[in-house]
Amino acid sequence: MLGTTITLAFRAINRHKLRSFLTTLGIIIGVASVVSMVTLGNGATAAVREQISSLGANVLQLRPGQGFGRGGGGPRPPDFKPADLTAIENQLTGVRAVAPVVQSSGTAIYEGSNWSTTVYGTTSAYSEVQQWKVADGRLFLPDEEEAGKAVCIIGNTVRTNLFQGAEPVGKRMRIKGVSCQVIGVLATRGQGGFGDQDDVVVMPIKFVQRRFTGDRDISQIMVAVDDAYDTSTVQASLEELMRERRKVKAGAEDNFNVFDTKQISDTLTGTTTILTQIVGAVAAISLLVGGIGIMNIMLVSVTERTREIGIRLAIGAVAREVLMQFLVEAIVLSCLGGLIGLALALVASVAIAPLMQVPFIFDVKVNMIAFLFSAAIGVVFGYFPARRAAALNPIDALRHE
Amino acid sequence: MADNPIISLRGVTKVYGEGATAFQALKGIDLDIQQGDFVAVMGPSGSGKSTTMNILGCLDVPSAGTFLFKGHHVETLDRDQRALLRRRYLGFVFQGFNLLSRTTALENVELPLLYRGEDKKTRYDMGMAALDKVGLKDWWDHTPAELSGGQQQRVAIARAIVTSPDVLLADEPTGNLDSERSVEIMELLTDLNRNSGITVLMVTHEGDMAAFARTIVHFKDGLVERVDQGVAA
Repeated sequence: MLGTTITLAFRAINRHKLRSFLTTLGIIIGVASVVSMVTLGNGATAAVREQISSLGANVLQLRPGQGFGRGGGGPRPPDFKPADLTAIENQLTGVRAVAPVVQSSGTAIYEGSNWSTTVYGTTSAYSEVQQWKVADGRLFLPDEEEAGKAVCIIGNTVRTNLFQGAEPVGKRMRIKGVSCQVIGVLATRGQGGFGDQDDVVVMPIKFVQRRFTGDRDISQIMVAVDDAYDTSTVQASLEELMRERRKVKAGAEDNFNVFDTKQISDTLTGTTTILTQIVGAVAAISLLVGGIGIMNIMLVSVTERTREIGIRLAIGAVAREVLMQFLVEAIVLSCLGGLIGLALALVASVAIAPLMQVPFIFDVKVNMIAFLFSAAIGVVFGYFPARRAAALNPIDALRHE
Repeated sequence: MADNPIISLRGVTKVYGEGATAFQALKGIDLDIQQGDFVAVMGPSGSGKSTTMNILGCLDVPSAGTFLFKGHHVETLDRDQRALLRRRYLGFVFQGFNLLSRTTALENVELPLLYRGEDKKTRYDMGMAALDKVGLKDWWDHTPAELSGGQQQRVAIARAIVTSPDVLLADEPTGNLDSERSVEIMELLTDLNRNSGITVLMVTHEGDMAAFARTIVHFKDGLVERVDQGVAA
C-alpha cells in the first residue's frame, strides 16, 4: 500500500511540475543554505585549528608581565635569566623541550636587496618546540649555539624577498649591520593567527644577545609539554616555580604569564563554532519558512482537489488512505527538495570554500540531519492539510466546483 | 423475480440542520430493491431522491430508520466501514463524470483497484478488460481532456464496474450528454444489468432514460410516491 501511495504521490507531483518545484523551492533554499553554511563554517573552524596548531601543540609560552600587555604603570617586570631556563629544564617534570627566545627586529641585506624582518634568537630546541622543520640546509650545531656564531636560518618570505630565487644556503647576508651565514631555510608555515610566520630570521640566542640586545636576558621561554603529561598540571607547576624564582610574595599577582596555545586554539575554534551555529540557525529559519510554504501549497492543493478527494472517498478510500496520500505527497515533495538542496549545497560549498580559503569538509552528519529535517518538515507541515483532506465529507467534496 | 431484496429501507428519515432551521429531506421511506433490478429514480428537485441515493450509496447515513444491504445493517456502520462497503460492493457514475484530470483513462479505471491493493499486472488486466467492456480499449492512454463527454462517461462506467460491484449507482448519468450519446450510455447500462447481473440504480428526470429501467420509483416531498414495476420488458 505504501508503494502505491508513493506512486500516487509521484503522479500527483508530476501532474503539476512547476507548482511542485515552486513549492519545494523553500526547502531547496533552506537545506542548501543550512548545509553550505555549516560546511563552510566547519571548514573555517578547521582552518583556524590548523593555523593554531602551527604555533605548536601543547606549548606553554612564558612571558614577563601580565596578559598580552605589560600592564599599566609600575616598573617593567624583569625578563627571565638563563638560570630560569636551567631551572625549568631541570626541575620541571613533563617537559619535552624548552626554548628561550629573544626577539629583535631589523633589516636584512643581501647584495642589492633589503628586507625588514624579525630576528629570533633561540636554540635548536625551538625547532622541536614549535615543530618547525628546516626545508633546506640544517639547524644550528651545538658549538655554533654555544659560541653564538653568526649563522642564521631564514623563513621563506625572507628568502623570496632577499634572494629572489638564488640559493641562499651558504651565502652571507647582513642583518642589522652584522654579517652572518645562511645555513638553512625553514619549511613554509603560511599565514598563522599572528601574521606571516615565514617572515623570520632565526639565529643562535647568544649571538642575538651579544650583538643586538646587549644583555643575557630572555624575553620569552617556550615550554613544550610531553604528550604523556597534562598541560594544565605542567602549567601550574611552571607558575609555582616561576613565582618562587621571581620572589613573588604570597597573595601578590604574578609578574609573568603563562600562555597555553591549546587554550587559544580552544577559544578561537569555540568562536568559529558559535558563529557557525548562529549562521546555521538563521539558515534553519529559512528551512522552517520553506516548510510553511509546503503547508500553504498543500492546503491550496487540498481545496483545489476537493473533487478528486470526493471521487476517491466515493470509490471506497478510507480516511486514513486519503490522509496518507496527502502526507506522503508532502513528504515526497520535501524530501525531493531536501535532496536537491543537498546537491546545491555540495556544489556551492566546493565552489566557495577555495574563495574563503577554507578547506571543504564533507560532513555526513550535517547532510543526514538536514535531509531528515526536510523529511520531518514534510510530515509536520503535510499533516494538517492531509488531515483536512481526509476529514472531507464525500458528498460535499463531490459537489465542490 | 424472486423476492430477494439486495437493498431494503424501512422508515428512513433524514433531517438536515437543527432546531428552527431543521429541514426534513426524507419523511419515512420504505423501499425494497431486488437483486438484478434496473431501477430509475425520478422526482422533482427537493423530492428527496438525491438524499436517498446518498444513503443507498453509503455516502450518508439516515437520521432514523434501518437500511439493510444484503441483509446487513448499514446505518450503524462508521465512516471507514461504509468506505470499505463501497469499495467492495458499489460502483458510482456521476453526472459530471468525475474523472481525475491529467490522468489517463486506464489510470482512472485502475483507481478502485489501487484501493483494493491489487498488483500492477492485475490492475492492468482488469482495467483493460473494463475499458474493453465499454468499448474504449484503444483509448486507454488518453486523458479526460482528450475524450468526448460520451467517452468520459464510458470511462467513468468502466471505473465503476472494474471491481465487479453488486450495485451500480448512477446519478443522472446522461445529464451532460446529447440524446444520441445518452442512448448509448443507457444501452451500455442495460447491457451491464442484463449480462453482468449488476443491479443498477439510476437517478434521472428524463422519461426517455427512465424507460430503459425495469422499475421506476417516483419521489415527492420526501416520500416514495409510487413504484412502477416492470416498465421495460
